[in-house]
Amino acid sequence: MATAGAHPPSQIRVTLHEMRTDVERVQREVEGAIRARGYDDDAAFAIRLCLEEALVNAFRHGNRLEPGLTVEFRAEIGDRSCTFEVQDQGEGFDPVGVPDPTADENLEIPSGRGIMLMRAYMSEVEYLDPGNRLRMVFTRR
Amino acid sequence: MSFAKSQIRVRDENGVSCVEFVERSIIDEVVIRQIGDELLRLVDGAEKPAVVIDFSGVQHLSSAALGVLINVHNRAKSRNGQVRLCGIPKNIFEVFRITKLDRIFHTCDTVAQALQGLA
Repeated sequence: MATAGAHPPSQIRVTLHEMRTDVERVQREVEGAIRARGYDDDAAFAIRLCLEEALVNAFRHGNRLEPGLTVEFRAEIGDRSCTFEVQDQGEGFDPVGVPDPTADENLEIPSGRGIMLMRAYMSEVEYLDPGNRLRMVFTRR
Repeated sequence: MSFAKSQIRVRDENGVSCVEFVERSIIDEVVIRQIGDELLRLVDGAEKPAVVIDFSGVQHLSSAALGVLINVHNRAKSRNGQVRLCGIPKNIFEVFRITKLDRIFHTCDTVAQALQGLA
C-alpha cells in the first residue's frame, strides 16, 4: 500500500476477535489517526461509516458470526489518502451478485446497502481473490 | 431481572408519536435491534400509526439502521399509517440520498413541519 503525503503514513494493524468491542476500538484508533492529520468531519463521517459496514460484513457475512474466527484489519493513513484492508476467514463472495438496492423493486428491502455506501464514499473499493479481502481507498477532497 | 434502557424517547402530539433517539450514534447492532423492536411495538400499538422520527443530534448511522427504518416504514404502511423523518443532519441525509431512500421516506426539516397533515 502506498500513500503520498508530506509525513510518512501511519500504519494500523489489528486482529479483531469480537465484533461489538473490537469494531469500536478500530473506529476510535482510525479516527484518532485521521484527526491528527487534519481530516474534517465529513471525511471522519465517511470513513467511520465505511469501516463499520466493512468490518460488520466481515464478521456477519464472511465469518458468519462463528466464534473463534477473526478479522484482520490493516490501514495506512496518509495526509491525502487512506487505504484500508479487511480480511475475513470466510469463503469469499462475488459482489457482482448483490442486487442494486436503489432499483425501484428493491427500495423497500431492508438489507443490502453496505457495499453501495462504501462505493459512494470511497475512491476505490475492490474485493480481492477469493473475495474475502476487501481493499478500499479514501481520498481527501 | 434487569431491563435494557429504552433507546428512544416518545411523546404524543395530538395522536402522533414523536420519537427521538437516546444515542447519537446508531451503529451498534444491539442498539439498532432494540430501536427496531421499540419502533415496531409503537407502530403495532396504534390503530393507524402516525410516527415522526426526529434525527436532530444523530451523528452516525449504519446501513443496519436504515434497514430498521425501512421495516418500520413497511409495517406502518401495511397498517395504513405513516412514518415521517425530520431534522436529518446534512451528512446523514446524504446517506438517504445515495441509497435513494429519500424517495420512500417523507422527510421534513422540523418536527413542526412533519406534524402538518398528520396531527
